[in-house]
Amino acid sequence: MLFKISLSNIRKSLKDYAVYFFTLVVGVAVFYVFNAIETQTAFLNVSEDHREFIKFLVQAISAVSLFVAIVLGLLIVYASRFLMKRRNKEFALYMMLGMSKWKISALLLCETVMIGIGSLFVGLLIGVGLSQVMSAVVANLFEADMTSFKFTISGSAIAKTIIYFGIMYAVVIIRSGIVIGKCRLITLMQSGRRSEKITMKNPWLCVIVFLISAAVLGYAYYMVGWNQMDLGPRKILAAIIMGAVSTFFIFWSVAGMLLRVIMSVKGLYHRGLNSFTFRQISSKVNTTVASMTVICLMLFVTICTLSSAFVIRNNMNRQVEEFFPVDFYGEMEKQDNDDQPMYTDIEKNYSDQGLSIEDDLGVYHNFHIYTDPGFTVLGYIGDKTDKLTDEYGSIGQMDDYRLEMIRLSDYNALMKLYGGKALELNDDEYAICATFSGFVSIYEMLLEDNPVINVFGNELVPHSQKTIYSYVRPSMQPINGGVFIVPDGAVEESGAGVNIVVGNYSANDKKELAEAEKTARGNWEKVQTNIVGDSQSSGTRIYMDTKIEAANSAVDLGALVTFLGLYIGFVFLVSCGAILALKELSESSDSASRYTMLRKLGVEEKEITGSVFTQSAIFFALPLLLACLHSYFGMRLAKFMLSMLVSGGIFKSMLFTAGVVVLIYGGYFLLTFIGSRAIVREQK
Amino acid sequence: MALLKLQNVEKYYGNKSSLTKAVDDISFTVDKGEFTAIMGASGSGKTTLLNCISTIDRVTAGHIFLEDTDITKLKGKALNRFRREKLGFIFQDFNLMDTLTAYENIALALSIQKCSAKDIDKLVKSVAEQLGITEVLNKYPYQMSGGQKQRVASARAIVTNPKLVLADEPTGALDSKSAKMLLERFGYLNHEHDATIIMVTHDSFTASYASRVLFIKDGKVFNEINRGGDSHKQFFDKIIDVVTLLGGDVSDAL
Repeated sequence: MLFKISLSNIRKSLKDYAVYFFTLVVGVAVFYVFNAIETQTAFLNVSEDHREFIKFLVQAISAVSLFVAIVLGLLIVYASRFLMKRRNKEFALYMMLGMSKWKISALLLCETVMIGIGSLFVGLLIGVGLSQVMSAVVANLFEADMTSFKFTISGSAIAKTIIYFGIMYAVVIIRSGIVIGKCRLITLMQSGRRSEKITMKNPWLCVIVFLISAAVLGYAYYMVGWNQMDLGPRKILAAIIMGAVSTFFIFWSVAGMLLRVIMSVKGLYHRGLNSFTFRQISSKVNTTVASMTVICLMLFVTICTLSSAFVIRNNMNRQVEEFFPVDFYGEMEKQDNDDQPMYTDIEKNYSDQGLSIEDDLGVYHNFHIYTDPGFTVLGYIGDKTDKLTDEYGSIGQMDDYRLEMIRLSDYNALMKLYGGKALELNDDEYAICATFSGFVSIYEMLLEDNPVINVFGNELVPHSQKTIYSYVRPSMQPINGGVFIVPDGAVEESGAGVNIVVGNYSANDKKELAEAEKTARGNWEKVQTNIVGDSQSSGTRIYMDTKIEAANSAVDLGALVTFLGLYIGFVFLVSCGAILALKELSESSDSASRYTMLRKLGVEEKEITGSVFTQSAIFFALPLLLACLHSYFGMRLAKFMLSMLVSGGIFKSMLFTAGVVVLIYGGYFLLTFIGSRAIVREQK
Repeated sequence: MALLKLQNVEKYYGNKSSLTKAVDDISFTVDKGEFTAIMGASGSGKTTLLNCISTIDRVTAGHIFLEDTDITKLKGKALNRFRREKLGFIFQDFNLMDTLTAYENIALALSIQKCSAKDIDKLVKSVAEQLGITEVLNKYPYQMSGGQKQRVASARAIVTNPKLVLADEPTGALDSKSAKMLLERFGYLNHEHDATIIMVTHDSFTASYASRVLFIKDGKVFNEINRGGDSHKQFFDKIIDVVTLLGGDVSDAL
């Protein structure tokens, strides 16, 4: 009997439950897909390096899963509480008929278990299907071949999903049991009496609150968007709190003002169903200020996370091509007891071991970085220190260090290897090459005054007021903080310190390349072991990187951020969509009688549909709009923080993000609109 | 001149095994400017009849003509247009939008007819004055008394200047003082503005404000009396006589 009642309850409130169920299914499926990555990739023929990385990825996803589970758990508890509230009258009826609280709890248990099992089953089914697609995605990312592809089901991921969601459902059951246990018949019965009071907030108060919140928000935007050099973790936290609080008050005040603004335009307000539509929206927004705020912030986090992930993913691979154009890069650096650079010689270390760089690299260039004790960063900045401190914060407290120089002939040889543009300098000129955007702007500010430098007793003037966008050391990222290019005659050999070797293997195909890489790497390590073992060489740092390795880490990093970004983004978007959809759908069924009334007045079906559409659209658009605004400034900060990692446009990444948001959030909007329309229609 | 003409209207509910004839072959006409009351006991079919006239329900057989249009043949857009432009509704439970003020409730009827904002303001104010609700225009339904609500609903029904005003138990939820006030307003609208009103009621006192009363029993017209030159008291006594003749629960409702 109990089972029968609960089944018919579910069937009856299918419209309300549909979105809830759909969300659970999506949650389960996403949870499974990401947790099954380990099994899904086991058969893939990926290289050893990537294999290690996939292990790390699996661990990272595991950790994030806990967070995701908490978010989903909160969503489920919220949704079930919401659905239960709507059934207060039904419970009151049961109690009046003499059903015990235990029985009602058992009824709810029955329903939750049914929905839980159903959603787990359907979700896992979809998840298993989708995870096969995931295999292909992973294979594509890691350039593994799919020849040994087979249909896989991850038992551990299934177990994990069932356990996590089981716990969530258990929490829901316990919670609803407690609620039923505590509730009293009289409150249940009265809860059906909807308060029809319309609260009109004081408009002046709304305007004032709005202006204050907008100002606070503006200041937070300024902090993260422009004043980034001066931004510590504490200030970022302050900006986030300021943003969150002002978001709440903006929704609060907009809810109060929106209607008045529209009402003041008489022609608009009294056109068609507008008065009805905007009253509906206003009362909806008024009662959901807190949820709107949470949704807006979640959307903001999602947009920023996804965009940053896509920025990294989209630019990493390209960057390796751009900033690591050679196969091999090795560097040796030695410092004396005062941390001052000393002369190093890679070639000598090689020959000490009976090796030769020439054997490893077909084409290469071996060069030194020069420094002059009298040519330092603070000396170069000179009397502009104050101005820099004003604009960029902590520069003034920076330690002094020697600026790096490279001879023009070395630079041009490098450019030949890197495929860059050769440079011509007069004997009394210098130029600066840099890629790190923060430093580029500082140098260019300094270059405005054409500062003369004095190196090894030679006076040099700037070649141009612009820096050259190039680099000396190959790297995955645009992190060249500035190297001075000076005429060969301007340096003295005593200034030579760091020794760098860059070059290409002599290999014709992929196999030979891998072979050459292995040899070069082995020889370098041999030299390194020798140096590290030698007490004479204390203070020596020896470092190498190869294009293959850089490309691998680029792929790995791209994959890591993409996976985690999508995982979190998916769950957040689904949560936001679900909350809004539940609210809107229940609102529609509460207002069903109003639509019946409109029909009796002779309103066209088209206009009613239009009104439902406008209501859903504005309800979904409000938090998204503010989130987009937040994200614009959030991304300014993200771009600044990412500038160490990637350069390049974020437009494409924003497009990707917009795609994901439109797909999920927009999907929920569409579901809501269709559902609302059906609810409103069935009263005919 | 006949404004409304019903020809052999029938409305059946249920299926072959258990058929309920809610309206059983009813024909009558209503002239322009007439104030007609339809009386009958619960279940006599009076509300079903009104629903058929108001196109909320469909007839099983027969025809209903308003002016020269057969409204039983109307569908979709034409039906909505007909309701919007030709009819005004007044319901027992007011059916006002609880989210809108009185002014907006009345204005809504005009704005869905695509009336311009300037005209809306003028029309709403003048109808509010006629019905004595000017001072409650900016109040919400929950801030008004039952009588005020029903007068707002009446204002909404007549503001569009419909051919026919249909009222379903308009005094059902009102106390006797408010009911009297409302009915006097109906009389005023009928006399001064030549409004054609059809009102369904089971209350003899309410019916006595009409100029003509139709009695319905078991889906058929049982009797019909016209006020003619009778005073209000005389007409009321006549109605009571018929009600006594009808017997049953109508008299109970007194």
